[in-house]
Amino acid sequence: MAIVIIDGQEIEVGDDERLNGIQAAKRAGVDIPHYCWHPGLSVVASCRMCLVESGTRDPASGKITMVPKLVPACQTPARANTVFVTNSEKVQQARAMVEEDLLIRHPVDCPICDKAGECYLQDYHFEHGQKERRADIKPFTSRRRSLGPTITLFVDRCVMCTRCVRFTREATGTNELMVIHRGAHEEIDIFPGYPLENKLSGNVADLCPVGALGDKDFLYEQRVWFMKKHAGVCSRCSTGCSIYTEENQDRIYRIKPRENPHVNKWWICDEGRYGWKHVHAAERNTEPQRLEGDDYVNADWSTTPALLDKQLRDADNLAVVLSPFLTVEEAYLLAKYARRVNKHATIALGFVPVVGEDETYPNGFTIRAEKCPNRRGVEEVASRMNGGLVAWDDFLARAEAGEFDAVWITGAYPEPWHDEATAQRLAEVPLLIVQDLLPSPLWSIATWRLPSAAYAERDGSFVNHADRLQSFQWAIRPPAGVMVEGRLYWRLLGEKGLYNARSAMLEVANEINYFAPAHHEPPPLGIDLKTSQLASTV
Amino acid sequence: MPPFEPVLLANVGQEGSHTLRFYEQTGGYQSLRRVLKEQSPVQFTDIVKNSNLRGRGGAGFPTGLKWTFLPKDHPGPIYFCLNADESEPGTFNNRILMEDDPHQVIEGLILSCYATRATTAYIYLRFEYPLAYQRLQLAINECYEAGHLGKNIHGSEFSLDIYLHRGAAAYICGEETGLIESLEGKRAWPRIKPPFPAVEGLFRKPTVVNNVETAACVKQIADRGVEWFKSIGVPADPNNPRDAGSYGPKLYCLSGHIERPGCYEAPLGITVNQLIDEYGGGMWKGRKPKAAIPGGISMGLLKADEFHCPLDFNGPGKFGCLGLGTAAVVVMDETVSMIDTLHNSCRFFAHESCGQCTPCREGTNWALKMMNRIKAGKGRLKDLDLLLEIGDNIGIMPGTTICGLADGAAWPIKNAIRKWRGEFEEFIKRTNPQGYQEESAVPALELIGIH
Repeated sequence: MAIVIIDGQEIEVGDDERLNGIQAAKRAGVDIPHYCWHPGLSVVASCRMCLVESGTRDPASGKITMVPKLVPACQTPARANTVFVTNSEKVQQARAMVEEDLLIRHPVDCPICDKAGECYLQDYHFEHGQKERRADIKPFTSRRRSLGPTITLFVDRCVMCTRCVRFTREATGTNELMVIHRGAHEEIDIFPGYPLENKLSGNVADLCPVGALGDKDFLYEQRVWFMKKHAGVCSRCSTGCSIYTEENQDRIYRIKPRENPHVNKWWICDEGRYGWKHVHAAERNTEPQRLEGDDYVNADWSTTPALLDKQLRDADNLAVVLSPFLTVEEAYLLAKYARRVNKHATIALGFVPVVGEDETYPNGFTIRAEKCPNRRGVEEVASRMNGGLVAWDDFLARAEAGEFDAVWITGAYPEPWHDEATAQRLAEVPLLIVQDLLPSPLWSIATWRLPSAAYAERDGSFVNHADRLQSFQWAIRPPAGVMVEGRLYWRLLGEKGLYNARSAMLEVANEINYFAPAHHEPPPLGIDLKTSQLASTV
Repeated sequence: MPPFEPVLLANVGQEGSHTLRFYEQTGGYQSLRRVLKEQSPVQFTDIVKNSNLRGRGGAGFPTGLKWTFLPKDHPGPIYFCLNADESEPGTFNNRILMEDDPHQVIEGLILSCYATRATTAYIYLRFEYPLAYQRLQLAINECYEAGHLGKNIHGSEFSLDIYLHRGAAAYICGEETGLIESLEGKRAWPRIKPPFPAVEGLFRKPTVVNNVETAACVKQIADRGVEWFKSIGVPADPNNPRDAGSYGPKLYCLSGHIERPGCYEAPLGITVNQLIDEYGGGMWKGRKPKAAIPGGISMGLLKADEFHCPLDFNGPGKFGCLGLGTAAVVVMDETVSMIDTLHNSCRFFAHESCGQCTPCREGTNWALKMMNRIKAGKGRLKDLDLLLEIGDNIGIMPGTTICGLADGAAWPIKNAIRKWRGEFEEFIKRTNPQGYQEESAVPALELIGIH
C-alpha cells in the first residue's frame, strides 16, 4: 500500500495500481477539472485544466518538497508519498485562466446548444471561471459541418481537447478525425471524402466535453434536463453493454453508455445507440387479438389470461418457445407456467439471430454477431426446465410433424426474424399463441396475438455471452394495450400482487444452480455467474 | 576587426568552400579518421563532456551530458537528429554553416553519432533553405563516395547513414519533440515529458537532438581539443554549482539598425556594445540605439542602457531576458516603435503556436488581438495589465504548457511592457483620448473591422 496525500488528506493506493493525480484525487473525494484526459484514451496533457501543485514527502522526515511549477494532474503519477495540492490560490488562478482562455472564442450559444446542462465548459466556468468577460474578441460565429452520417461538428464550440481524434485512432483504429490548421485557427476535421463512418462513431459525441460534436439523431430533440436517466442493458447483441436509457414522458430520446469495466468500459456501438427506434415504431403491435372464425377481434386484458389458461389446459401437447429477448425471470415464469398446466410441456429456445461475425476493435470492444441480449440466460432456463435443450430448428421440425396441438411463441424481436415459409411450417397448429413486437408472418396466422414489450419496458435480468448477469428496471411504460410479458406470466401463475422481478429471480436462483449467485441482489455492474460454477465444482 | 581568429567560420566566404575537395584541403575529416581509430565512443563523449560544450540551439544544455542520458547497453537503434529547423527570427548562423561549410557540420554530426552509437541520423532542415538543402545533399553524396559515410567507415566497425529531411516551414518543428513528431510524419505537436527523447524519442527509440552549430563545435573540439575550447569564453560561476560555464566560440547573428549586419564569430561573453562597435561597424547612420533582442525574439528585449549585457548563457538572464537563445542580436534604433515591435512579435507567436495547449493557443491569440486593437487606436491602459497577466502565466516555466514556445511568446510581452511602459501608455492615451481609461469589456460589435 502506498500513501498519496491529496490536499492534506492521506489516501491509500494499491501497489499494483497505476493512478494519475485525477484518479487519486477522486478517491479522496476531490474533483480535479479536466477536458482532454479520459481514462480510456492516451494522455496528452494539453487542455491544462487539471493543473495542480505537486510534490513529494520524504517518508523518513515527513518533509514535503514541492515542484515550483504547476503540473498537469493527468500526467503526474500518484506514486508513494506524492503530494497533490488542488485548492491553492495558484491552482485556482490557473483554472480561471484556462476557463477564460477557452471562452475567448467560444460562441456561448448555450440556449441553442444540445450540450447545455451537461457541458463541462459550463460547469467548470461556474465553478472555476472569471466573474466577468475580459476578452475583447467578437465571440459569435457559428459554423457547422457534417463529419459523417451520425455526427455533426459545431466548429466554434470546440475546445480542442482532441478526445474524438484520439478515439478514432486508439479505440476504433479508423483514423477518420484529425486536427487541421494551427494555433487559434485549429479545427477538427475529416479528410475530404472519408467521413466519420464506423460502428462506434456515436461515442465521440459522448466523449466531447462541450457541444462541438452533436449526435445528429439527438440534435435539437430534447433539452437534457428534461430527460430522466435509467440504468439499463442494451439488447442489440450478446455483449450486453451497460447503458443509460434517457427518456421524457415515456419517449426515449437517446441511449448513452454506462461505464462498466467488466463489459463495455465507456463505449457502446451505434447499433445499440440508435437501436431503440423499434420501441416507438408506428407499426408496433399494441392490441391483443384473438381469432374468431376468420376474423381477429380485440381481446380484453381483463379476461384474456383466464381464456388463455383454459385453452392451454385443454391442449394435450403444449410447447412454449422462449425468445432470447425475454429476461431470465420472464422465461422462467412462462416455463414454470407451461409445466404447471401441462406436465410434459416442451420448453424450447427461440430463434437466435446471428448476423455476420464478431467485430473486435483495437480497444477490445466487441460487437457480437449474436444479435440478442439473453441467449445464455434463456438457454439455461429452457434446457433446465425442459430437461435438455430444444433449439428453434428442432422445435420447428417437431411442430411441423404435428407433435403439438398448442404452441406459445414469444418473440419481442426488434426486427423481422422469420419468413413466410417458416410461418407455414406452424400453420397446422390448432392453438398458436404468438407474442411479438412487430407484425410478422407468424403474427398473421396466430390464433392469439399478444403484443410484447420492448426491452426498455421490461424489468428483469439479461445474461451476456460471458455469463454476466445484469439486472435492470423499466425505463418507460409500454404503450396502452401492451402487457409486459412478466406481468402476464405473473398473472397466469396466480401470483399475488404486482409482478416482482426480484422475487422471481430469487426463485430462479433457488431452482437453477447456474443462477445461484443471483441470490444476492446483483450490483449495478452485474455479477459473473461463472464464479459460482467454479466454486460449486470445488 | 578584433583579434579573435574565427574557427567555425574559417572557410566561409571562400570560393568552393562547400565542396569536399576544399574541405579536405583544409584538414577536413582528419579528426574523424583519428577518432575512429584511436578513441572509443565513451572516450570521445568524455572529451565533449569535459569541454563543457553547451547546446547552441537555444536552451544551452550541456551537450556531453545530454549524450550520457542515453540508456547504457541499449540494443539499438539509437537515432540522432540534427536540428536545422532554424526558425527563430533574426537567426541565420546555421544557414551560413550549412551553405558555405556543410562538411564541417557533417563531420561534427558523424563524430556525434559515433559518440552516441547512433547508426542513423536525420538532418531536419527548414523548408526555406533551398541552397542549404542542395549543398547538404551534395555533401552527403560526396561523403558516401569518399567513405566518410556508409558501412564500416574508414575500416572501423562504425556505420552511419544520414538522411536529409526537409520540413514544411513550421516554427514548432524546431522544438526537440515537435521535430521528432514531424520526422515520424505526424503533426508537430511537442510531446509531454517524461519520457525524454534520450529514453524514448524518434520511433520510440533513444534519440539525441542537437543543433547544427553544436555539431560544428564538436568537430572543432575533436580538432583542437578541450583546452583550446575552454580557453575561450566565460568560466563557470563558482557560486552557482548548476552553472556549466559558457565556453567556446559562438556565432552571433547581428542584424537591425547597424552598419554591417551579418554573422560574426566571437568568444562567448562578448557584450552587445562590443558586438555592435567591433563587428557591426556601429549604429546605422550613427543613430541612437533604443533596444536590442539578445538572442532571437523569444528571449525578450534589452534596453539601450543594458547593452553592456554579456552575451553568454547567463548574461541576458540578469537583465530580465529569458537567456542567450540563438544569439541572434537584432538592434533597433530610436525610431522604432515598441508597440510595433511587440505587435510583430505577438503576430509571429500567434501564427506559430501549434495549438496544443490551451494557454498558449488562446493566450498568444488574445495578445495579438489586443495589440491589434491598441495599434488601431482603441487601446486602454487596462490592456497592458491583461497583456502582462498573459505573459506571466503562459509557458513551461509557470507550468501551463508542454513546450517552451509560450515562454518565447511571453518574454517579449513582459520585457516590452515592463521596460517601455511609458511609451505604451503615452501611445494609448494619444491614440484613444476618450476611451483609454475605460475598464469595462469592449462591446464586441464595435470591434468589427479591427479583428
